[in-house]
Amino acid sequence: MPTITFREALRQAMDEEMARDENVILLGEEVAQYNGAYKVSQGLLDKYGPKRVIDTPISEEGFTGIGIGAALAGLRPIVEWMTFSFSIQAMDQVINNAAKMRYMSGGQFAIPAVFRGPNGPAEYLSAQHSQALQSIYAHAPGLKVVAPSTPLDAKGLLKTAIRDDNPVIFLEAELMYSLKGDVPEEEYLIPFGKAAIRREGKDATVVGFSKPVTMVLTSADRLAKEGIEVEVIDLRSIRPLDEHTIYESVKKTNRCVIVDEAWPFTSVGSHIAWLVSKNCFDYLDAPVELVSSEDVPMPYNHRLELAAQPSVKKIESAVKKVLYIEQE
Amino acid sequence: MAEKVLMIALSPTMETGTIVKWNKKEGDAVESGEVLCEVETDKATMEYESAQEGNLLKILVQEGEEARIEDPIAIIGEKGEDVTDIMKEIGETRAKVHVPEEEILEEEKHSAVIAAEEEQAGGEAEGEVAAVSERPGIALESREKEEAVRIKASPLARQLAQQHNLDLKLVKGSGPDGRVVKRDIEAALKQPPARLIQKPAPSAVIAPEEIPLSGKRKVIAQRISESKFSAPHYYLRTVVEVDNLMAARTRLNKGRDEKVSLNAFLIKFTAEALKRHRIINTSWGGDRIIQFGTADIGIAVAQPDGLITPIVRDCWSKGIIQIDKELKVLVGKALNNRLRPQDYQGATFTISNLGTFGILEFTAIINPPGSAILAVGQIRREPMVDEGDNISIKSTMILTLSCDHRVFDGAAGALFLKELKEMIEYPIKFLY
Repeated sequence: MPTITFREALRQAMDEEMARDENVILLGEEVAQYNGAYKVSQGLLDKYGPKRVIDTPISEEGFTGIGIGAALAGLRPIVEWMTFSFSIQAMDQVINNAAKMRYMSGGQFAIPAVFRGPNGPAEYLSAQHSQALQSIYAHAPGLKVVAPSTPLDAKGLLKTAIRDDNPVIFLEAELMYSLKGDVPEEEYLIPFGKAAIRREGKDATVVGFSKPVTMVLTSADRLAKEGIEVEVIDLRSIRPLDEHTIYESVKKTNRCVIVDEAWPFTSVGSHIAWLVSKNCFDYLDAPVELVSSEDVPMPYNHRLELAAQPSVKKIESAVKKVLYIEQE
Repeated sequence: MAEKVLMIALSPTMETGTIVKWNKKEGDAVESGEVLCEVETDKATMEYESAQEGNLLKILVQEGEEARIEDPIAIIGEKGEDVTDIMKEIGETRAKVHVPEEEILEEEKHSAVIAAEEEQAGGEAEGEVAAVSERPGIALESREKEEAVRIKASPLARQLAQQHNLDLKLVKGSGPDGRVVKRDIEAALKQPPARLIQKPAPSAVIAPEEIPLSGKRKVIAQRISESKFSAPHYYLRTVVEVDNLMAARTRLNKGRDEKVSLNAFLIKFTAEALKRHRIINTSWGGDRIIQFGTADIGIAVAQPDGLITPIVRDCWSKGIIQIDKELKVLVGKALNNRLRPQDYQGATFTISNLGTFGILEFTAIINPPGSAILAVGQIRREPMVDEGDNISIKSTMILTLSCDHRVFDGAAGALFLKELKEMIEYPIKFLY
């Protein structure tokens, strides 16, 4: 099985789907001639031409709306946002049009569009460019929200997203693009709504998705050295959510930590914490812990920037807290 | 710093506890987890394990005294620490606490009225009281009561406690603020069961179980069945006035260190009655009746694993004091499981006394080889009507004689019982 980067896995997914279906198009800032701001669309312009790989002006609301219109007209657009922080411009299009059209037309229209790009903080990007916005998209019914953490999942989930007849928000991360992993050569799809158990353990369940999963696995390795066996659940898709896998794990371990790099208030993480508290109430031996970013705009100062985000240490500390292990 | 030791709920329904014994005295060092005192609850006497450590500075509730939950019962602190301030504080709270309950209720009602008035100015105050007090925020009294017994436990710990029939109040919590968590339940389950009050399990949960028969149980079952199914029993019942007997016993026991038991009197009277009605002191021999030459009277003694009837031999030739002496030795042996077969085999007549258990009357099954058994009920004060229709209160007991009809008939049994009754009522009669 070849080892490739997250970036390459995404490229392969788009390449394969564009080859498979001529209705699949890619549009966004710098996706064509520059081969993508993060080189995810490398070579696609050469292969599929300027009619299917389209550079757009710097206007998220405009090109996102074009993507939605194209989807309404029967194409299967992939809209690349240079970062999710810029997608805030396009939120009216996504939430008012993409998420509602199928419902308000009584099923007459479908929006088979994918909105993808890097989400969440990277480094040195300050407050306006370091935002994890999954909570906002997951909040609106009518959208599917997918958040892979490995190249293998990224490819399989993006192919599923492109083939899905509903609008899919596809979360990547700048700091994940060069993450490497094994990806099979043969074609495969990964279904939505199926979490992956990345590590089995009996002492506590840690639920994560997207970039922080790597951090969670590092914490789990370190905790294992202290004799604490953590079960790590990678959600892979936020909507639909694989509640069953979470509950089964919590019923086994009796403790749950959620890791979500968004702000804590009304986040995906806090919602899952509520679900677990409600559905696993009699199985919980400790309150559910949430490891999130601090409830502040991202500081520019690098030490503070790091301090504001989830960390291996914060995850370890939360696990120990649900295990009632005393810490300094 | 000196701190109060509070009475805690040691049983789920306990409201007050009586200090039975202080295991520590003032000045003693106390470790956390050490037994501080023994507390009698509404259910049982429980050990109070100290959650605090230090020096027992002051005992506030003495042995035999009672304390409500949350009342301070002692003060623990550093050796030689001054307790004046804390004593003063306790004194003040006590004074406050001891406001009669009715007054508190009135006060609360009053504040509820005010609350209602404040909230809905113009609303009829009295009408608001009921409505308001139903709201959880204002039902002060019940809320406070609940908080006094509130246990912090994780949902899982609660679930586990319920599954294992464990009282959460008795489990020491190791989580934040003493929250009981899974590991505490697991630790508690490893403790000997006597340390934890078991709540009665829902009946459906108790699985039927088989109890293997002890050798003794087998013998009892076999002998009793044989007697009941082969000897046709009939029963004679009479009420006996025992005032004279009691008086005689009191006179005899006056100045004696060792009090002669009532059973010793009954044995002697029975023996004397048997001497006059020897057909009762017999055994069915299948083709003949065996009439015994001695009155060897067995007396039923209850033991945890079944009853046994040690025998006082040859009661005709022994006085009451002698009988009592032998009886005490035999009963002592019986209770210690030390009887030899010759101590309990071959009673010619048996007495079973369940009076001390509060039994009014009962019918006993004849104990072979004898052909009759006397069942003795409780002594009670009863109104009795004499021949002149005068009612007076007498001490009475009911005697029931079970007889083997193969050996003697009703009249013979009745004559014996009448004799016995008269002897008990006029003890001097056995000199006749």
